[in-house]
Amino acid sequence: MATVSVTAPMTPILRLRRVVAGHPVLIVGIALMASIILFALLGSVIIPVQDAQVGAYLPRQVPGAERLLGTDSQGRDVLAVLVYSTPQTLLMGVIAGVVGIGIGTVLGLLAGFFGGWIDLVIRTLTDVFITIPGIAILIVIATNVRQMDVATMSLIVASLAWRFPARAIRAQTLSLRERGYIQIARLSGVSGLQLVFQEVLPNLLTYIAAAFVASVSQAILAIIGLEALGLGPQDEYTLGMMIYWAQFYGAILRGMWWWWLPPIIMIVLIFISLLLISAGMDAFVNTRLRKTE
Amino acid sequence: MSVRYIVQRTAIFVLVIVLAVTVNFAIPRLIPGDPVEQQLAQLSATSSGSMSIDITAMAQAYREKFGLDRPVIEQYFNYWRDILRFEFGYSLSNYPETVSNSISAALPWTLGLVGVSTFISFVIGSLLGGLLAWPRIPRVLRGFIPILMVISAVPYFLLGIILIYTLAIVGRAFPAGGAYTFGSTLRFDLQTIGDILRHAALPATSIIIAGIGSWALSMRGMMISVLGEDYIKLAQAKGLRERRIFLWYGMRNSMLPQLTTLALALGYVVSGAILVEVIFSYPGLGYKLYQAIQTKDYFVVQGIVLMLIIAIGFALYVMDLIYPLIDPRIQYERA
Repeated sequence: MATVSVTAPMTPILRLRRVVAGHPVLIVGIALMASIILFALLGSVIIPVQDAQVGAYLPRQVPGAERLLGTDSQGRDVLAVLVYSTPQTLLMGVIAGVVGIGIGTVLGLLAGFFGGWIDLVIRTLTDVFITIPGIAILIVIATNVRQMDVATMSLIVASLAWRFPARAIRAQTLSLRERGYIQIARLSGVSGLQLVFQEVLPNLLTYIAAAFVASVSQAILAIIGLEALGLGPQDEYTLGMMIYWAQFYGAILRGMWWWWLPPIIMIVLIFISLLLISAGMDAFVNTRLRKTE
Repeated sequence: MSVRYIVQRTAIFVLVIVLAVTVNFAIPRLIPGDPVEQQLAQLSATSSGSMSIDITAMAQAYREKFGLDRPVIEQYFNYWRDILRFEFGYSLSNYPETVSNSISAALPWTLGLVGVSTFISFVIGSLLGGLLAWPRIPRVLRGFIPILMVISAVPYFLLGIILIYTLAIVGRAFPAGGAYTFGSTLRFDLQTIGDILRHAALPATSIIIAGIGSWALSMRGMMISVLGEDYIKLAQAKGLRERRIFLWYGMRNSMLPQLTTLALALGYVVSGAILVEVIFSYPGLGYKLYQAIQTKDYFVVQGIVLMLIIAIGFALYVMDLIYPLIDPRIQYERA
């Protein structure tokens, strides 16, 4: 009995503990993101959505015991707006990230694996789109959309979010293509597309996960930029719109710091957590690579 | 430099412009509704009657501009012809000012502010990053690394908001916005220059500080790999002075890949700077763009966007062509 417990030390919990100990950056990043989500979830349970609406309270209240973060010049409770804005901003980033990484992965796999004219077309397309400053195209699209909402916003930003994943995954696929097991699968008659999705794709999953986190972060940055320019969803709660309205109603010049500082802190926390998660994942992927080599 | 490389890069540059012009042409036409009526409805809704003088002339100008009665292909070619002549049409909110005029009025402010502060940020950041990779710096300095990571995660304009509040509203040390004191005439004397610098101080600081983090981090990465090279060991074995090894063996060799990073980050820097201008009401392209979006001045938006894309595309193109000349280590045919 004793020997069994000695020879089987890798229970899932132990394994998890080892991962935690080996990757502090990743864990801190995930913990930070978890607390942001928890804050939004708990907040939306405790604070009714009416508090975030125009005229809910007396306007321009300084933070106090009653209204923890005060109210804005429209009488909205700043804490309530923050609570309802945070998940929306995260959601837009995740949608844009998922669509971007999805398209990017498919393009990158096809280009890297098949080469030839497919590669030429996809690579040229990627190079051209990477050269164009994203915000320029996004502004043109967003100024022409009549009705802006959270979903439209995410899709607009997603329309450019595939560029960097496509380039990175193409490079990874190129190096995987010549590995022995892929060659063997090819020799044993597995067809092209099947080979890509059954043999190449699963080996890129950790890499794709890391690229996903990076694209969520870029998407959120782009979304907040568009919102600050006044192109965001005007009737919805998002962190970027909070800053836009604060700027629009002169909160900065009036010294109403409690209006613009909370969304800024929340945005910075989100970026730091995504940065830590992606840095941690890079390290994770790299140690795995080092072990296999 | 191989002909193939030049052809390839030129093709990309041409495609960038074709794509940008086509997107600008196509998107307004893909969205249902008559753009002229849309614009005029918007305008009469936003302005309070003062614009009524020229509304018929404007409508005429727009219909001509759009040429909505002609076939789409012809419209497309006409659009190209106008772009190649740098004719972007008229501004809606400041009719009859042309878009080209309003761009050229804003451009010097942006070039001055963004160019100078990006340069300063790049130099300070790179030097800092190089030092942080240097093994013999005091341990305390290493504490900077996480701070730099945090700073690099803060978007430029959010830092700008904090600077306005602390140094302009509470501290009253700097003006909160604009590029010069309102109502003053711009002359080439010390007083005007001082005034302009004082106004540029805060927006420049936010671009500089927010940029330093990412420049330093990427330079540190580059420097660490350079310091692992054999020629560094040889230089140390020869007994060269530390400062010489750091600057001439380390920094010099890490600087070139760092320049590529600069070229790639150009789009990011420009979009960050646009928002900084908005926050500081700084009369450059970014603020103009913001005003144009607010007043639905579509031609101005289009003109500025096209100009940004062409300028950045051109900068990257030149960079691509020069780069193999200054750094013979890279291959012309990149995989």
